[in-house]
Amino acid sequence: MSDAVRTLSSPPEATFPPPAAREEASPPAPEAAPARLRARLRRPGEDPPAVRWTLTALALLFLAAFVLVPAAAVVSEALKDGVALWWRSFVDPDALAAIRLTLLVAAIAVPLNALFGLAAAWSITRFRYRGKSALVSLIDLPFGVSPVISGMVTILLFGAHGWLGPWLADHGVKVVFAVPGIVLATVFVTFPFVARELIPFMEAQGTEEEEAALVLGASGWQILRKVTLPNVKWSLLYGVILCNARAMGEFGAVSVVSGHIRGVTNTIPLHVEILYDEYRFRAAFAVASLLFVLAVVTLVAKKSLEWKQRPARREAALRSSP
Amino acid sequence: MSIEIRGLWKSFGSNTVLRDVSLDVPDGELVALLGPSGCGKTTLLRILAGLETVDAGEVRSGGEDISARSARDRNVGLVFQHYALFRHMTVAENVAFALRVRKRPREEVAARVDELLHLVQLDAYRDRHPQQLSGGQRQRVALARALATSPRILLLDEPFGALDARVRQELRRWLRRLHDELHVTSLFVTHDQEEAFEVADRVVLMNAGRIEQVGTPAQVFEDPASPFVMRFLGAVNVFQGHVDGDRAYVQDLEFAAPGSSGRSRAHVFVRPHELDVHKHSVPGSFAAQVDRLVPLGAAVRVELTAPGHGSAVEVELDLRKSEALALAPGDRVHLSPRRVRVFPAADDGDSLTASSL
Amino acid sequence: MSVSAVALAAPRARPRTSAGVLPGFGLSTGFTILYLCVVVLVPLSTLALRASALSWADAWRIVASPRALASYRLSFGASFAAAGVNVVLGVLVAWVLARYRFPGRSLVDALVDLPFALPTAVSGIALTTVYSKNGWIGRLLEPLGIHAAFTPLGVGIALTFIGLPFVIRTVQPVLEDLDAELEEAAAVLGAGRWQTFRHVLLPVLVPAAVTGFALAFARALGEYGSVVFISGNMPLRTEIAPLLIMTRLEQYDYAGAAAIAVVLLGTSFLLLLAVNRLQAWTRTRAGLA
Repeated sequence: MSDAVRTLSSPPEATFPPPAAREEASPPAPEAAPARLRARLRRPGEDPPAVRWTLTALALLFLAAFVLVPAAAVVSEALKDGVALWWRSFVDPDALAAIRLTLLVAAIAVPLNALFGLAAAWSITRFRYRGKSALVSLIDLPFGVSPVISGMVTILLFGAHGWLGPWLADHGVKVVFAVPGIVLATVFVTFPFVARELIPFMEAQGTEEEEAALVLGASGWQILRKVTLPNVKWSLLYGVILCNARAMGEFGAVSVVSGHIRGVTNTIPLHVEILYDEYRFRAAFAVASLLFVLAVVTLVAKKSLEWKQRPARREAALRSSP
Repeated sequence: MSIEIRGLWKSFGSNTVLRDVSLDVPDGELVALLGPSGCGKTTLLRILAGLETVDAGEVRSGGEDISARSARDRNVGLVFQHYALFRHMTVAENVAFALRVRKRPREEVAARVDELLHLVQLDAYRDRHPQQLSGGQRQRVALARALATSPRILLLDEPFGALDARVRQELRRWLRRLHDELHVTSLFVTHDQEEAFEVADRVVLMNAGRIEQVGTPAQVFEDPASPFVMRFLGAVNVFQGHVDGDRAYVQDLEFAAPGSSGRSRAHVFVRPHELDVHKHSVPGSFAAQVDRLVPLGAAVRVELTAPGHGSAVEVELDLRKSEALALAPGDRVHLSPRRVRVFPAADDGDSLTASSL
Repeated sequence: MSVSAVALAAPRARPRTSAGVLPGFGLSTGFTILYLCVVVLVPLSTLALRASALSWADAWRIVASPRALASYRLSFGASFAAAGVNVVLGVLVAWVLARYRFPGRSLVDALVDLPFALPTAVSGIALTTVYSKNGWIGRLLEPLGIHAAFTPLGVGIALTFIGLPFVIRTVQPVLEDLDAELEEAAAVLGAGRWQTFRHVLLPVLVPAAVTGFALAFARALGEYGSVVFISGNMPLRTEIAPLLIMTRLEQYDYAGAAAIAVVLLGTSFLLLLAVNRLQAWTRTRAGLA
């Protein structure tokens, strides 16, 4: 009887040789495997090289034709007649006025929209209430509306024949076909950018750190300053860069409200249009190259941000998985 | 600071998470909130911290009603399951946070931070960031941070849940020692029975939003108040029977069932280590056949089938007894319970489905 | 310690809100709603009001004029075609970027975002220059009898450029997050490469591709800056709907412009709703909902 119990608790008859008898076998050299076996043993996720090269070539061709070549054209056309001519296009007084106006519009629209983005993200990601999805849809609205229509509603509201038109005229305030109109149209078109960057990021981060700060005795502003802002700074920065790029580059909406008064109500994109329509291609591309540089800066910022955010996103993913 | 909770109700939408919960925690005690996931223990903790509102009921601390007070003004220490350390601040800055937001003078803050880092033995890590620390170290920082303003109440939400088994063991012992030193009224949430028993003065068992029993670890284990408690705190054999007056009957066995009256169906609970195994029939025993022997290190679990009894019967024998009996699968033996606990069947029906074991 | 005494002495009387315990609910939500009203709701409602100032007969005359109809045909047709091209080639590019490694991959990945980041006027003049008769690509197409600039084809090319990032950036994350185990399981069960693609990968890609299509389509419908240069803006031939609106505005015909805008917005809204339904349907089919 006792043997039965003992055999149960010991391992079954060993099928491999006891340690002493086993020879020291060294792993076989990789080249020893027959060539055709090596070639056929491809991992399940891999495509055959022929497929890979064809697809890659097709993809690159598509991107080259549609993106790379036009991008290269901007640079090439801008510098075709030499750097000196390129430079002279900027110091033209109309160009300088356009640059000044663009900077002014961005300086007003971007901070306003950043403030909105922060407030909206705080409200949407830190609280539970009904109607949140309606708010989010409203925030996404400008993406579905043509910029021309955005400009048009500004005119419908503030134009001479608009709702507030008579009231504004009485008070001598000119909105449409003047700078304030441009600012308003730009604000309308660019306000979602910061919010759309912050909301998913703050959603993924969760509220724990803020709750911890609250229990530790911090006030609302202290929580915002010391806990939230340092955590979202890269997303906020990228949202601001995107918002700024769009604000400076907006064409359709501004075109409608601007009045195209040379030297006064022309932003950089509008100035480019004027130059192009006058067949002054060199100058048009020269001024356009400024915006091109802005676009490149935006892309670089995006890459750096993705890189920086990787640890935070990984941690959020880890915490959300069971 | 003592804690008095009276008649708390809390629902999230249509889901009632706390039902009429009342509890008293005397000053200086270390109490564990123990229960399966979804029983409401974390919600109760968050309500105490001020991070959730209540639908009804009140919370008092030291006799004062703090139900309406914001989390900011309660001065409780809270330790989160996933630490919630401020990732962009160093360890020292994390610990100093509560004092800095109260605008304490710099020297006072520095002295207190040094004191706390020494307490949790992380002096050498004061300038590191949370990402550079291990899980156990992060939790110690979280604890130091929570203790910065010498709160009178300390709340811990599954503090060791995210850690490895070994680290968990060490920190449990360490937390107990810390409490013995500081004597802060502490409440911690866990779903691990062993943890609750090892660390706490008293254990509060919760299930489906209600408190099932409050008592010392020994009390709740020896004298469970309900089938849920009995099942949650370890393996148990359940036999179908009935009660008549103060006697319980299972097939042809009879047990004393003090405290019961009338006639009803009943469940008789017996712990695996309180069933004796005999080779021959003895008074008060029933027949069974050995199915399987599972060695568990210092003990042996014997799985048997008893005629007339549905599922397998489990008996736990220590190594000495097991060797003396020399059992093998197929052996016929007799089992006699040393101690039983009888619960009328009506009690048992729902709690089985409610607790997710 | 005196710290706790100070903290407990002065409880703040804050209205308790069921939305959450963190501070700032009222301020942040109030500001957000106010901003949205001023910047979105009020302006858009004036649109509806203005359009409604017209009598039905007048409104019909404007929105159904031959010129308007031609512009709808062009706008919707070219946008649809461009979004379609973007779906097919966009999925291809997303596949290549997500799965293959080649030198310069990072650069190519960044390039995909250029149409999104580049101001529309710059894209407009660049595309026109490249695809006009003497342009780098236009020069190659001329002998084949393909005229790109100042034709509907040119409009299509510009809209393809604009919508490019939308499909790629929607499909690429889905591909990257795909569990390798799915394909390994299929291989072990005996599926060939093409079968795996058709039955395992494609169903997961389709919802993302449909979303990308919708985004690209919506963007293309309203696009102005990139298109006005390459299209030539010839009425009844290469005039897009947004330009028609612009023309009406320049003639101070606000009601007419508003009417066409309502048609444009309304149809895109309905189309997007339909696409949303389609997307939800494909998601349940793929077992993702």
